Amino acid sequence: MARAAARPRAGLTALLAAKEMVLVCGSGGVGKTTAAAAMAVQAASEIGGRVLVLTVDPARRLADALGVGAIGNEARLVPPEAFTASGVEPRGELWAAMLDTKAGWDELIRRHAPNAAVRASVLANPLYQNITGRFVHSHDYLAMDQLHELHASGRFDLIIVDTPPSRNALDVLDAPGRMKEFFGSRLLKWLTLPYRSRLFTAASKPFYQVADRVLGSRFLQDIAEFFILFQAMEPGFVAHAREVEQVLIDPRTTFVVVSTLEAAPTHEASYLARALRARDMHLGAIIANRVLPAGITSKASATSARKLAALDSGTVQRVAVAVGADPDVVGGVLHDVATQFHDTAMVATREAERRAELSALAPLLVSIPLLAGDANDIADLLEIAEHFDA
Amino acid sequence: MATAASGSGAEAGGSPILDRRLVFVTGKGGVGKTSTAAALALLAARDGRRVLVCEMDAKGSLATAFDTAPLVFQPREIEPGLFAMAMNTEDSLREYLRLFVKVPLLGKIGPLARTFDFVADAAPGVKEILAVGKLCHEVRERHYDLVVVDAEATGHIVAQVGAPKVIRDLVKVGLVRDQTEWMLAILQDPAVTGVAIVTTPEEMPVTETLTLLDRLEPETGVKPSLLVANRVLLEHFDRRQAAVFAELDRAHDVLTAAAGRGVAAVLAAARIIEARRQNGERHLQRLRDEAPGLPMVVVPELFTRATGRRVVTLVADALAHELQLVEAG
Repeated sequence: MARAAARPRAGLTALLAAKEMVLVCGSGGVGKTTAAAAMAVQAASEIGGRVLVLTVDPARRLADALGVGAIGNEARLVPPEAFTASGVEPRGELWAAMLDTKAGWDELIRRHAPNAAVRASVLANPLYQNITGRFVHSHDYLAMDQLHELHASGRFDLIIVDTPPSRNALDVLDAPGRMKEFFGSRLLKWLTLPYRSRLFTAASKPFYQVADRVLGSRFLQDIAEFFILFQAMEPGFVAHAREVEQVLIDPRTTFVVVSTLEAAPTHEASYLARALRARDMHLGAIIANRVLPAGITSKASATSARKLAALDSGTVQRVAVAVGADPDVVGGVLHDVATQFHDTAMVATREAERRAELSALAPLLVSIPLLAGDANDIADLLEIAEHFDA
Repeated sequence: MATAASGSGAEAGGSPILDRRLVFVTGKGGVGKTSTAAALALLAARDGRRVLVCEMDAKGSLATAFDTAPLVFQPREIEPGLFAMAMNTEDSLREYLRLFVKVPLLGKIGPLARTFDFVADAAPGVKEILAVGKLCHEVRERHYDLVVVDAEATGHIVAQVGAPKVIRDLVKVGLVRDQTEWMLAILQDPAVTGVAIVTTPEEMPVTETLTLLDRLEPETGVKPSLLVANRVLLEHFDRRQAAVFAELDRAHDVLTAAAGRGVAAVLAAARIIEARRQNGERHLQRLRDEAPGLPMVVVPELFTRATGRRVVTLVADALAHELQLVEAG
């Protein structure tokens, strides 16, 4: 197997070589999708085997970057030419799939419906479409579900999941548990009791009266009908949710938390790192993304910036000659560069503090520098990956 | 100039953002929704308005922004004229039942509310309408001059402000259905309700903003009113200066001799920032091109070491200046 040929390396690449499932988490806007894609590209080119990246990127820019055009629920092979065009000979195969909530739900219904009649009724139910979008944080659950399915299919050596943005990063971890809980809840059992006998259940009477007044009995009945259909699928759903939950604590699974070094994302990342530990889930690494270069905080650069702000006219003149421009303009630019440096250095100092805070929480902390542009092709993603083992 | 407000004339809907009664502040996660909502609320309160600012997702970031104790459902005056609360659908249901249904079982509402919460979790729009209904209620009762909402992120805001419409379409009878009408009247009047979308000058936040603009009005009947470009690196070189900056490497030896070996790092930092700025400007231009007619205000990158309340002040100051420009046309 290609995996066996992997050279042992320290750092994130070694982590990718040691695991089979990688869940990439973090708060919104920190670059999870790009980090996930960079890890996948790195694994395919350096480690080998069949690597899949499951993304939620709605901009489809990554699909373009990977050269797979539109990606859907079905995994697609990234053409090897996309690698060779970037000057890389991949050791393995890179596949990409996009998490499609609606298609994912339809697939779950198809799989767990006990018979064709239930299946057809659920899929045709007017509440079904409306509910699937927000039902028990279905994005999170579906991401886990797909990960489990894909891993169990035996088609891939490594699966990297870019987790969906959620209100709370912990939602991802708790999604399978919540799904189980929902099916086991008294509410569902109560809702799905035959409509009439429910009227005579003393315990539920006050609730029913209030709910009836507020929501209207017709709506309640619609909901009940929907859940009666849903309950027919309980055994399948519950057993499956249990399996999905196991994925999270499987020793072949690791979590990579991505964060920028701004205040709020750092806070969220450290919260998430602690939560993972508390749940016995494996935190493999934290990626500090969009970090300013370390040289900025050096004493030498601070000294140089101070001197640049107050250059004598002779020096400015010599610089002006070197660049072939007016000395006044040159003086202005140098002064500007020097003053702005102060701002940048202050941000870099803050970042260094937060970086130290995060590095205490994970066995590995990887810093990806702030890049000028967005990652537009495999070469850009590999450039990011160069920092994985630094 | 990046500092100039780029909105084309008067604001859509015709009334400035702070003169509305209900303003939702949304945006992709991580772009600075909470500090923008806090800053707008602060500005309105500074103007002498009685303001309520409400956090919808109960993550506690609004309390952090104001450096105040955790917020609860019951609004608390955190600064003169500025009240803050955190949305909680169970409390909202409790209040709703007390005010409208006049249920005589207040003592036992705990388990009832929890059960109801479960229905609300599963039934489309119920949870959202309890939240949005509370906000509309505050507007209708005129408890405040302005209600600012630190709303859900772009992915969830449509479900949130669209809840009354969903409920009206799904629920045929009942109290909730009857009440969707007055909520819709508040939400769909652009002079009363505004939506401010916050973005940073980056690809994904801009893309999500454009996606939201495509969906918001068609699906909810609520109009977007303002774009807030946050953490924008301002242009500070004119063309001649930019040309000099691009050539500074040619003076590397002279500069190092005069200012020491740290010069390389100083120039490298400036180049990173300049490249970032240009990249950001491209994304903002795409936003302007694809959302013409929607006013945009720019909040510069603050470069502050502070967090919390200090940031809210700085953002409010930047916004005050920008809103003046936009609203002057």
